Amino acid sequence: MKEGFCLGIESTADDFGVGIVTFNGEILANVNDVYIPERGGIHPREASRHHAMVAGRVIAEAFKRAGIKPKEIDVIAFSQGPGLGPCLRVGATVARALASYLSKPLVGVNHCLAHIEIGRVINRVKDPVTLYVSGGNTIVSAFEAGRYRVFGETLDIAIGNCLDVFAREAGLKPELGKPLGAVLEEIASKGRKLIPLPYTVKGMDLSFSGLLTVALKLLREGKYSLEDLCFSLQEIAFSMLTEVTERALAHTEKKEVLLTGGVAANRRLQSMLKVMAEEHGARFSVVPKEYATDNGAMIAWAGVLCYKYGLTTPIEKSFVRIRWRLDDVDVPWFKEQ
Amino acid sequence: MTLTSHGLRNSNSSNQSDFSHDYLTPGVLIKKGAEANIYLGKWYGRKVVFKRRLPKKYRLSELDRAIQIQRTKHEPQMIHKAKEAGVPAPIVFMVDLEEATVVMEYVEGKRVKDILNDLSSEERIEICRQIGRLIGKLHKSGIVHGDLTTSNMILTPNGKIVLIDFGLSEQSMELESRGVDLHLMKRALTSTHYNYVDECFNAVMRGYEEEMGPEITKSVLDRVSEIEKRGRYVTER
Repeated sequence: MKEGFCLGIESTADDFGVGIVTFNGEILANVNDVYIPERGGIHPREASRHHAMVAGRVIAEAFKRAGIKPKEIDVIAFSQGPGLGPCLRVGATVARALASYLSKPLVGVNHCLAHIEIGRVINRVKDPVTLYVSGGNTIVSAFEAGRYRVFGETLDIAIGNCLDVFAREAGLKPELGKPLGAVLEEIASKGRKLIPLPYTVKGMDLSFSGLLTVALKLLREGKYSLEDLCFSLQEIAFSMLTEVTERALAHTEKKEVLLTGGVAANRRLQSMLKVMAEEHGARFSVVPKEYATDNGAMIAWAGVLCYKYGLTTPIEKSFVRIRWRLDDVDVPWFKEQ
Repeated sequence: MTLTSHGLRNSNSSNQSDFSHDYLTPGVLIKKGAEANIYLGKWYGRKVVFKRRLPKKYRLSELDRAIQIQRTKHEPQMIHKAKEAGVPAPIVFMVDLEEATVVMEYVEGKRVKDILNDLSSEERIEICRQIGRLIGKLHKSGIVHGDLTTSNMILTPNGKIVLIDFGLSEQSMELESRGVDLHLMKRALTSTHYNYVDECFNAVMRGYEEEMGPEITKSVLDRVSEIEKRGRYVTER
């Protein structure tokens, strides 16, 4: 296949990202602009307004960094779901506009799939059990019979959501270059005492809502230090995540474990998974931060893979898919890589 | 690997319980799972299995210990509840929290997994109906097994089915958990007994209906197909 370029747009939640990659997987640009709420969590409407406002500038910046002109682009990819409706719609609208204006094919990409694919190419991983942990997703998945099967997932809230809500209620604030999760991690590293909190694993699925409720209750009671509470919250939640990942690893007998998503930056989670993977003789790797959090490059790369297999999305089918499941997507390119 | 060399009970540890080294003869590791190892051994001259939960190095030892103890206690409790519901399950001889080990009867017989495909159609249907009745009895008493595969079912020489491995069992009356339970059964049949899936699953559901009645059975079956449609479990589409 001739050398080509794909532009990918990511807008599932608080990030608006644009990436440009070559058909060979070389990343030429990965520009991101994050919406920072004045208070509280992500407000979908406010986030979508932010995205609409920065879209033009982020796209122009991506072209500048990649050193190519818009008409040189061969494919336009966008994150079609799962995610927050208003945010997704901004990305989809921009993608449709670009595709029609440039008369290029459009590819709607599954956001979770893009996370796995960018990890595989960047970390040089072939066939991993992937733990994808972020503010909106908590998924243990591995390839089997044509798709990324979901072996375990959260039954209620995502792990990142659980940690963020706790951190905000505790009055923690994100600092420059240090997201809320990193602030919490730092405080947790000073904790010593393990406070009993609900440990909820059901088969290979997880639940974090009870854990959060009890942690918040103890926080308000003020009997324990914040350090010990953060420490215990992390220890329990990450042990649960490692346990289900281990079950998936034992069941599938794969030889690699890949950690990705915003929460992947947490070093305690990394170390637990590493210990577990080594016990099973599996190689453990973490996707670098720039590509583990939401980004446009991963959408562009997944767009290339889909495009090579003719999986384009006609405009009339490019509506956003808020609850699009990872295991709804065929992965025909998997074996050849 | 033997139990003694593996340190199931070393002689200088506390002798508060009546579970002492003297009554054990070395056991052989017969199954290595993600959660526990299973050894075959002797207990007062009886053939038994030792199910030993393994410590996990990634967890804080304090937390790991608490989880091990909780689960070691939970499984015999669920086995007991299953028996109260009229479902044959192994005799539990001993629960050793210190070693996170449960000593259980070795159920003589054949795994349903190994024999189901070789039976005559009538025999196969009869066994599946019996399995369905047992699942119905569990569900009626508010228990879901959590791991209904044909390797967790033993056909004893007198023709009875005994369910083993209640490690993932839970107490639940919810339609969703019942649906998942039966869905797992169907999936096990599909992967291991693919030539007889419909015949077997229909027989399981007939047995299930005998215990649960047509109304609940229908709503559980509806839930099973809903679970399949969620995509999560679909193999080909």
